[in-house]
Amino acid sequence: MAEAPEAVVNLVGVEKHFGAVRALAGVDFAIGKGECIGLVGHNGAGKSTLMHILAGTLQPTAGRIVIGGRQEEAYSVARAKMLGVRCVFQELSLCPNLNVAENTRVNHQSLRGIGWRKRAAALIGAKLDEIFPDHGIDADDIVSDLSLGKRQMVEVARAFTVTDEPLEVVILDEPTSSLDAETAGQLLAFVRRFVESGGSVILISHLLGEILDNADRIVVMRDGKVAAGNAASAFDRTKLVAAMGGAETHHKAQHRDSEARKEGPVRVRARPRQQTDGTELVAHEGQVIGLAGLAGHGQTDLLLSVFGAAGSRGKQGVEVNGPIALVAGDRQTDGIFQQWSISLNIGIRSLKRLRQGVLISSRREAELAEEWRKRIGIRTPDMNNNILSLSGGNQQKALFARALGSDAEIILMDDPMRGVDIGTKLEVYDLIRQEAAAGRTFLWYTTETDELDHCDRVYVFRGGRIVAKLNRGELTEEKVIHSSFSETAQ
Amino acid sequence: MTALRRMASTPWIWSFVGALLIWLATVAFTGGYGGGGMITAALSLAVFMVIVGTGQMFVITLGPGNVDLSLPANIGLASAVAMTVMNGQDSRIALGLLAALACGAAVGVANYLLIWALRIPPIIATLSASFIIHSIDIAYGRGLQIKPPPGFAAFTNIQILGIPLLALLTILFTVLAALALNRMIYGRSVLAIGQNIRAAWLAGINVGWTRFATYTLCGTLGGLDGALLAGYFRGANIDIGNEYLLSSIAVVVIGGTSVAGGKANVPGIWGASLFLVLLLTMLNTFGVSAGVRLLLTGLIIVGVIAAAGGEETR
Repeated sequence: MAEAPEAVVNLVGVEKHFGAVRALAGVDFAIGKGECIGLVGHNGAGKSTLMHILAGTLQPTAGRIVIGGRQEEAYSVARAKMLGVRCVFQELSLCPNLNVAENTRVNHQSLRGIGWRKRAAALIGAKLDEIFPDHGIDADDIVSDLSLGKRQMVEVARAFTVTDEPLEVVILDEPTSSLDAETAGQLLAFVRRFVESGGSVILISHLLGEILDNADRIVVMRDGKVAAGNAASAFDRTKLVAAMGGAETHHKAQHRDSEARKEGPVRVRARPRQQTDGTELVAHEGQVIGLAGLAGHGQTDLLLSVFGAAGSRGKQGVEVNGPIALVAGDRQTDGIFQQWSISLNIGIRSLKRLRQGVLISSRREAELAEEWRKRIGIRTPDMNNNILSLSGGNQQKALFARALGSDAEIILMDDPMRGVDIGTKLEVYDLIRQEAAAGRTFLWYTTETDELDHCDRVYVFRGGRIVAKLNRGELTEEKVIHSSFSETAQ
Repeated sequence: MTALRRMASTPWIWSFVGALLIWLATVAFTGGYGGGGMITAALSLAVFMVIVGTGQMFVITLGPGNVDLSLPANIGLASAVAMTVMNGQDSRIALGLLAALACGAAVGVANYLLIWALRIPPIIATLSASFIIHSIDIAYGRGLQIKPPPGFAAFTNIQILGIPLLALLTILFTVLAALALNRMIYGRSVLAIGQNIRAAWLAGINVGWTRFATYTLCGTLGGLDGALLAGYFRGANIDIGNEYLLSSIAVVVIGGTSVAGGKANVPGIWGASLFLVLLLTMLNTFGVSAGVRLLLTGLIIVGVIAAAGGEETR
């Protein structure tokens, strides 16, 4: 790229594979001195992976990392810190039990000896004053007592403090997500001042306005590659959305004709807690409802509130009619029971039906497991083998079998296709279609826009709210992306 | 398939092997004298460990941090309640037993309420409950008639062909407990919660009810144990349950139940209880002093748990 000679950071041909999944497929990425780069892309485009590689938390599978003109061989978090690469990631990294000054010390080894607390307090206090005048944060405040927005302010300010290590590049991943419009403005103004004084910033945001107004150059990622990269002035909102993948002509999955389904009884009616207007999610019998938007914008919370409301009637804003089951996306924490066999893992949701008298019938349990081994194609010689003997995709199938093999009329799916191979996906899509035709209702949160084609209706989430409702006929990837990224802070 | 299942749950075999070895060592030491009587005595005493051990097993299986430390105090109070209600009359035996069960169940409910309503970790909740129970026992048990009715004392000592009747009934009880653990919704729920409480909730398991039932069950079994101990040792006593603090946990762990939760084993409780009781008998037979006996018991329990724990992680 043009800036290459004076680039502070130059990533060349970087690839990253997680097993069979290719998160980055050869990315070239350079940051010049005194430049603010806006990095955008939809879920799973590879932004985070790329930034983690730059931060040293992930090792690239292939490619070169050149910083300050020197090729780095054993690049690590410590090395990144020494070279002046700082990052503020979305998951806040402050220790909640320490105060602001102590948290500052965590990043600065040189604050030692008598009076370190005072010096740390002065350091962070000055930076907070500089970035966020009237911030109202005291260096003695314990982090867990601070609001989310103030924590984010501390986190950002800390990244810009300097003691003995240089400060060259700061990665800001959604730095304004918890800030109100005024503090967000202060931060962005500071970013501009920092860049003008010769620093470099990588700005990741779902607020396209922020990117367009503040970045010098914009890099658009898509499917693990750089899809576009140009001066910010060359982009406008429409062009950005198009580059992210919206404009591509869309082949709809041909199955399911657009025949207007007659609407059955309402199965689920739910309003997100943060919803201020009257919009609510409604799912009728036999419908597949998609929950879209960027990851972590309230989709899982809604699913969990629907799940929680199923037991106790009349929770606020949520109405559930019928038995419910959930297919977890995070298999290890939310799904499988690691000490159990595949068949025990499938049977756990259906224990009542498997009983004969008061005892669970081993025969019925084995029959249920065998039926689903055939229907969903779990690849194993014996369903009594431990669940961990299966590949990730097959473990996920077992979780589908648990839900679909139960008496549930409503199936919640929490981004269940994470890290699942394409073969498994296609098999499960078929199954979902069959089960919906048989009258089951699906609420399907997915981060993969392609999967929305299987839905009758899609609700797009942003900041914990439903911001768009798209019926099957009007669904395009562009519209989903358009709603996921708003123009300015709400 | 059954062979595989058995393989997976072998750890409990070792507790029986250990018990057998100790018995052989003791019999060899005495020159073959008293071997049968030793087994009878061991069975009689093991019963009390098995009963509370079973309750403790369900609690520990609920997952890391779950343990009932209130058992000794619970046993002490229930023994006093049972003996007071029986009032030395054979006609009131059933009533006294019921009172002991109810007293134990109440302790279990109280434990769970502390854990659930105040969100106190189970270790702290049951330990503080145990101080309260202990105080109640001191206030309640003072100067009361605490001898068992003759019929009840005799009942706890009945033997059939050298095997105590209580041991036979307890074997029956543990068979039922094993069925409940592996073949009933309750047991499956306990095992699932112990492996991953969040996944269990998301799989539709009634987590709150299961935990409540488990602490109540454990308390009830503590109450039963108190009544039986008072009958066997001819009298209630505030300290009658003290040794069951460590031993109820030790028999669970030595018996092959995972301290990390989610994996439990009922037969192993029998093996481990016999092992512990025979170990004490052996050390007595060898004429070891009380101090050395306690020291050796402690070391052996630690050693066995360390060895068993090592196998578990594989």
